[in-house]
Amino acid sequence: MTGWARAGAGLSAPGVLFALLGCGALLVPFMTLAANRIVAGEGVMVWSLDGRAGALAVIAGLALGLPLRPAWLRLIGAMLGLAGLLWLLVQGAPGLLDGAGEYARVSPAAGFWCLLVVLMLLMADALAQMSPGAAMRGVLLLAVGGALALILGSGALSDLSVMQEHAARRDAFMREAVRHLGLAFGSLAAAALIGFPLGVLCHRRPELRGTVLPVLSFLQTIPSLAMFGLMIPLLGWVGDAVPGAQAIGIAGIGFAPAFLALVLYSLLPVVGNTVAGLAATPPAALEAARGMGMTAGQRLIRVELPLGLPVILTGLRIVLVQNIGLAVIAGLIGGGGFGTFVFQGLNQTATDLILLGALPTVALALSAAIAMDILVDLTRRTPRDSR
Amino acid sequence: MSVGRVLRPALIALLLALVLRPGWFEPVFAPLAPEGGPVIYERASLLSLSLSHLGLVAAASLVATIVAVGLAIFVTRPAGAAFRPLSRTIANIGQTFPPVAVLALAVPALGFGAGPTLVALFLYGLLPIFENALTGLSTLPPAVTEAARGIGLSRWQRLLRVELPLALPVTLTGIRLSVVIALGTATIGSTVAARTLGEVIIAGLLTNNTAYVLQGGLIVGLFAVLIYDGMVQIEQRLARRMGA
Amino acid sequence: MIEIDSITKVYNGEKAVDSVSMTAETGTITVIVGTSGSGKTTLLRMINRLEEPSSGEVRINGDSTADVKPHILRRRIGYAIQGHGLFPHHTVARNIAAVPELLDWPKDKIRERVDELLDLFSMEPDQFRGRYPAELSGGQAQRVGVARALASRPDLLLMDEPFGALDPIIRTRAQEDLRRIQRRLGSTIMLVTHDMEEAIRLGDRVAVMDAGRLVQHASPAEIIANPATEFVADMVGNVERPLRLLSLIPLSEIVEDGAAEGEALPADASLRDALSACLWTGREAVPVVQDGSAVGCATLAAIRARAEAHR
Repeated sequence: MTGWARAGAGLSAPGVLFALLGCGALLVPFMTLAANRIVAGEGVMVWSLDGRAGALAVIAGLALGLPLRPAWLRLIGAMLGLAGLLWLLVQGAPGLLDGAGEYARVSPAAGFWCLLVVLMLLMADALAQMSPGAAMRGVLLLAVGGALALILGSGALSDLSVMQEHAARRDAFMREAVRHLGLAFGSLAAAALIGFPLGVLCHRRPELRGTVLPVLSFLQTIPSLAMFGLMIPLLGWVGDAVPGAQAIGIAGIGFAPAFLALVLYSLLPVVGNTVAGLAATPPAALEAARGMGMTAGQRLIRVELPLGLPVILTGLRIVLVQNIGLAVIAGLIGGGGFGTFVFQGLNQTATDLILLGALPTVALALSAAIAMDILVDLTRRTPRDSR
Repeated sequence: MSVGRVLRPALIALLLALVLRPGWFEPVFAPLAPEGGPVIYERASLLSLSLSHLGLVAAASLVATIVAVGLAIFVTRPAGAAFRPLSRTIANIGQTFPPVAVLALAVPALGFGAGPTLVALFLYGLLPIFENALTGLSTLPPAVTEAARGIGLSRWQRLLRVELPLALPVTLTGIRLSVVIALGTATIGSTVAARTLGEVIIAGLLTNNTAYVLQGGLIVGLFAVLIYDGMVQIEQRLARRMGA
Repeated sequence: MIEIDSITKVYNGEKAVDSVSMTAETGTITVIVGTSGSGKTTLLRMINRLEEPSSGEVRINGDSTADVKPHILRRRIGYAIQGHGLFPHHTVARNIAAVPELLDWPKDKIRERVDELLDLFSMEPDQFRGRYPAELSGGQAQRVGVARALASRPDLLLMDEPFGALDPIIRTRAQEDLRRIQRRLGSTIMLVTHDMEEAIRLGDRVAVMDAGRLVQHASPAEIIANPATEFVADMVGNVERPLRLLSLIPLSEIVEDGAAEGEALPADASLRDALSACLWTGREAVPVVQDGSAVGCATLAAIRARAEAHR
């Protein structure tokens, strides 16, 4: 037992887990080849693909993840493994399509997705070990995003089914992407404009806080589909009843109900975190501020707001991530966004169309979360205060 | 408090009526239905849809609770300590995944029906419970854990008699968050052919029948709000008992 | 001059402060001492109108505090509190500059004043200007808190348990610093504490509060020698009264010609110090020095005579 423990002392336990899972995933079909975009395909193992060097890179990457230190070596291992995965896709897809028929499609299969998850976790684990500063994380985020854009833009992956779905609706994809961002960021902005003053007001008036916060958390509880659905008759009625409302786009279907539903969902995090952030000022500092003759406004601007900013921004982070996800549901009520592809895909049982909607949403939510975390860290300016 | 005492039974009564006697509401919803179209959803009994919906949520949440609390116990023991930073990272990253996307991504892997919905509900439900249970177990008052060691409780006894009961309120909050998310995600599950109340809303959206949309939306919304409220009550009672 | 004129504060029908009147002369320290709930903090907070009096008024140099807006009034009155209340997101320099900034002083004048105050509190400006409160020790943070309260040269400095959060050794030093700086600047200070020792050490005048009422307002020596009520006597601590009294009298008052053996004490040391030195080293007298040269000795007999003088 002790000997075993000593031998394992230099190894990272998660690293061992990743290596085991990764090796297991290599034994599962890596890609599928299907006769067309609807039917289920046939699995293809890693060793029957072109570009087998990629598999070696994956194994090497997982091996580099094994030792506990240095963390940067584990990070390099994760990157090497991811590069290997990519190489397998790029090299493997054309080989499979060769002679498989005009409508044939190749897609990544379970093996690929499992390895992707495992290697991403290895990367996250190594990064958590290194705990890089805000600037470093920003550079990493930009680098990964840039590399992804470069690869997708280069056409190296154009043989994959999901990319063919994209190619078939290039314009629609751009349109829905813009629509999705508009929904997510627009509702964030609207919620901030309404929620922030409301939060300040609640901070000042405890009795108001006692009414507003329960109502907002009640709103937050309503399931998204029901909320979106309930907006339809409501806005439909407004559109009919208020002259000129339809001219500015208020109607029971489309962008307006989706937007309003997202704003309603966003109010609780914005108001709640504004209240919590403003309340986080040490009581002694607040007492001193009052005692030295600051007006209520000066206390807010000079003391409470700067000290509460990290918490307030955390509220905006929650809202942004949440709304990027919820905006998918807008696709069901004609509100547009990536959800359009998801639900079209579900209707047509076209897996790759689902992916075309779901993957960008996940990537968007993830990068928004990382970017907002960096921002929150930057606002914790004072040293030794970065809890 | 007094508002709750009046409102709560009223909402429960409204919910029961909507589910058990939908016919009563025909005059209310009629103006919203398309002309000549059906007003009350009759393709399936609302009661069976409700039960199926709640069943899915209950099953997924139960399993998620067991697994999540088990994992939280594991990573707070010496043997699992190596996995603690990683588990935190996963919980953090995992919660940025949109529930709808998780559901949609489960379809390619598992096909249509209740299966992917259950898996998506389970996977997504794990995270808030795990995160809260971990917080609860790792922020115990040191004086209490010291005292538990001091009076000679074994590791198991400490876990069962001291640590888990103390972590319970925070864990319950996680379970509540998880259940509320699951109720919402299950609604969307009807787009992947799971039998849930979302079916009513979706049917309304597809046939432009606002009456259906409102009917389904009201029932799901009431369920969510009442379940949320009930769990808050339990948490408060527990917190009061523990003198918090 | 600060005049408090039959000021009363009523909370929910109960009088937290009950018709208190007193006057503090310019350039003196008045210490308000009492147990918790005695109304001492409420009394202090009514002076800069953090609490509005229910009746009565406060006049600073003849002007009623009710005639100006509260925040304008407070900018003229320094305020230092327990646990310092420094702004954690501002540097030491910005913390000290808070009130001058509110008063729109020119930038270079503010900078000059900050350095002047840091010097005054024996903190090297170059070293401390840019630090954040989290990077200061408890004693340093407390000094910055007092420096901040003094920054705009206020008419009056209010201090609410300013040394409450400090450990005993640092507290004694902080009290000495305050006394020294007050003498040098000639500030008028009103300080609240629950610690009679601190009140006797710092106060030119001590005001004892009990259950909202001012029960005695007198010099420290008077308070010790003739406590007005049982409560004041308890606060002073009957057993230690002679020692407290002796600690107020400098050796210079009883020094007599003659020589004595052993280690000398400075002329501004207290009779209590001399008594302690005599008992500890078994001497009948200690030599006294002033500015490095011997000026005589202090005898046990003379100390005893002073301790009995009040009878």
